[in-house]
Amino acid sequence: MNALEIDDLSVRYGRTRVVERVSLAVPKGRTLGLVGESGSGKSTIAAAAVGLVRPESGSIRVDGADAVGGGAAARRTRRRMQLVFQDPFSALDPLMPIGDSIAEALKATGRRWTRAERIARVRQLLAQVHLDPDRAGERPGAFSGGQRQRITIARALAGEPSVLIADEVTSALDVSVQGAILNLLRELQQELDISMLFISHNLAVVRYISDEVCVMRHGKVVEAGPTEALLAHPGDPYTQDLLDAVPVLGERMLF
Amino acid sequence: MSVRTKLLNPLTISALVGTALLVFLAVAGPVIWGTAAEATDVSSRLLPASAAHPFGTDELGRDVFARVLVATRLTLLLTLGATAIALIGGVVFGLVASILPKYPRRWFTGLLDILLAFPWLLMVLFFTVIWGATATGAMLAIGFAGIPSFARLVYNLAASVSGRDYVRAARVVGVGPVGILVRHVLPNIANPFFVNAAATASVTLLSFAGLSFLGLGVQAPAYDWGRMLQEGILRIYINPLAAVGPGIAVVLAGLVFTLLSEAVAGSRGDGLRAVAARAAGSVTITARRRELAPEATASDRELIAEITDLHIAFPTADGGVIERVRGVDLQVARGEIVGIVGESGSGKSLTAMALAGLLGDDARITTSAHRFDDLDMTRTLTASDRARLGVELGMIFQDPLTSLNPALTIGRQLTEVPEVHMGMRPKEARVRAADALDAVGIPNATARLKQYPHEFSGGMRQRAMIGMALTGKPRLIIADEPTTALDVTVQRQVMGVLHRAQEETGAAIVFISHDIALVSAFCDRVIVMKDGRVVESLSADRIREDAQHPYTKALIACLPDMTSDRTQPLPVIPPELLPEALDESIESLDDAVAPTINDREVPV
Repeated sequence: MNALEIDDLSVRYGRTRVVERVSLAVPKGRTLGLVGESGSGKSTIAAAAVGLVRPESGSIRVDGADAVGGGAAARRTRRRMQLVFQDPFSALDPLMPIGDSIAEALKATGRRWTRAERIARVRQLLAQVHLDPDRAGERPGAFSGGQRQRITIARALAGEPSVLIADEVTSALDVSVQGAILNLLRELQQELDISMLFISHNLAVVRYISDEVCVMRHGKVVEAGPTEALLAHPGDPYTQDLLDAVPVLGERMLF
Repeated sequence: MSVRTKLLNPLTISALVGTALLVFLAVAGPVIWGTAAEATDVSSRLLPASAAHPFGTDELGRDVFARVLVATRLTLLLTLGATAIALIGGVVFGLVASILPKYPRRWFTGLLDILLAFPWLLMVLFFTVIWGATATGAMLAIGFAGIPSFARLVYNLAASVSGRDYVRAARVVGVGPVGILVRHVLPNIANPFFVNAAATASVTLLSFAGLSFLGLGVQAPAYDWGRMLQEGILRIYINPLAAVGPGIAVVLAGLVFTLLSEAVAGSRGDGLRAVAARAAGSVTITARRRELAPEATASDRELIAEITDLHIAFPTADGGVIERVRGVDLQVARGEIVGIVGESGSGKSLTAMALAGLLGDDARITTSAHRFDDLDMTRTLTASDRARLGVELGMIFQDPLTSLNPALTIGRQLTEVPEVHMGMRPKEARVRAADALDAVGIPNATARLKQYPHEFSGGMRQRAMIGMALTGKPRLIIADEPTTALDVTVQRQVMGVLHRAQEETGAAIVFISHDIALVSAFCDRVIVMKDGRVVESLSADRIREDAQHPYTKALIACLPDMTSDRTQPLPVIPPELLPEALDESIESLDDAVAPTINDREVPV
């Protein structure tokens, strides 16, 4: 059973086709890593999935339900996917207390929440991402980059998503924070049985967090498969190039 | 910043006092001075200024000073009325434009642009014709003429907020356009909006004075400052103060509006204009020297650049000082590749910028020695010293899109060093620039020189930046996170180009990155920095074995690589080793600028 199934998806910006007939699937409760260079179309897939851009053709299904189109059913389906952004500094409204930002995302559940329920849920979510629930009234400015990324993760979880889409969530973070965020995502995934589409250009990070990997280039899927097998024996020269380009600690880079 | 400190800065206080004074005059002026302003006394007409009549009297013998005070009410009412019309109209049109679908929005903003293209005064005169030359007519005319520019402002502000990720996040959870407008857009444009509103009020005040002066605004027997100016100017040689008096009132009220806009900007604390920070920065451009630089020794000749006991501090918004680099020694040997690795706030970029002498005026730098080759960088540099630095020192930044000038061709920028600093003819300079592009692996170099930075891809731009460093005779290249914005494959190519450039020119490189793996794979020596201090300095190829400091070890351990155990959580840096928060080291300004004998200007 696949939580997210993208089939034959194409997206066009003006005259350029940035995603060309891409098919991929995130199995229930697992993580699919999407790697590729910038401009390869990986972030566009995320934007198309949650409805921020309109696909040219192809289908996107969440738990079997169609997520493309303007109808109410498709809109409801799209809300079963939540996005965590790359830059935690622009992903939170600087004037809105973080508790309110998280509470806003409760709307995505489609249920009605009383004030007391909202407050309780926000506290629970903050605790879940290891932040002090008493800080819900503070503005984003009072938090560090890593803490803000935890807040945006809590906000994404507030929508009770079936699929979490993490778009370069660690690339704006310091190394010391990156590990903690990756650990948190893994922990939450096991706890909540969420499926995850993890987008990154960092091969080592993708390898660490993903069960399966999909390599993209110029808007097309180059190859896909189980992480260990694919990275140990890449079938495509481009995947090999990507692997070779990763710097290794203490090993002189050869040109 | 607490509410208390916000209210207590001199700017806010003057703005509040000024506003209180204007409000008082507008409310009480006609009550207190009304009689004096209306009392005609033909025997004392057209008197010059005196103690009894500070601004003299007019042709009916009325006291001009009293009339200026009384006119405050009408002047301010008209000003605020016109400003309110412009603001309300602007907000309505601007916000409507921002939520329209694509094509109607283009039409709408196009219309706004056409209206903006008309000179503002022409619009005012046009509207005055419609509504007649009365006070209300002038108010409506000025108000309506101000709507297009305000609508455009609001639209632009709203559009910039709408592109932010938090608005996209709200859309993803299903918040509608009106909800986004009310919850996210309006609060975030309020600050610049109010600043502009106050600034507009002061311009409107002037426009009224102008219109009344032209006889188009307030009509007798009513009077505002503009009308009084008009009447006073006729007698400027008999009694200058009859014209200057209302003029002073206009200027003072305008100042109060401007102060108010500054105070609004500053008090929200969102950094539109941290006035206190500016004030503090402007008095602390000088730095001090602890001791005289030691004479160059024989071993120094092996060094291309050296800086000893470097401290860099910045003034903070609330008048304190924050030290960001705390006693760093850095020596770079000729031809050596030194890597500086650290997290944000570690001071790695500041250290490199200080080494190149490129820090801005607000940085307070102290060193005990700072030299580039045989040049003592602690003294004021001559023009020829600077020209030499331009040729021998190359800088490469993280984002070439912001460090290359988008308005100039690549060729124009690459010929600058050879032409300006090396005195080459334009033709020779172009050959050298083409050679440099060729050296960094850009095909078709001569044709590429005619292109602009936006016509290059990210990797190409970074190559062009490296090429720019090569147009001189670089002996030291400082590369600050040059590949952070690039993908691994492009990063590898750019590193290759940098490597070849180093081999060909023999220049030393200071390479700054947050990626310890990349630094160790490229450099001879790695310096680890944290909280403005050097943690340790290691040989790059033995970094894993030789690392002694727990922070370095933790930094290495927490980095996932292609062999990390996927079944285990990643190690994280223990809290006691984490870099401290940046704002923990604020000391008072007074302590930090304790004068020393050797106060001097920082070389720029």
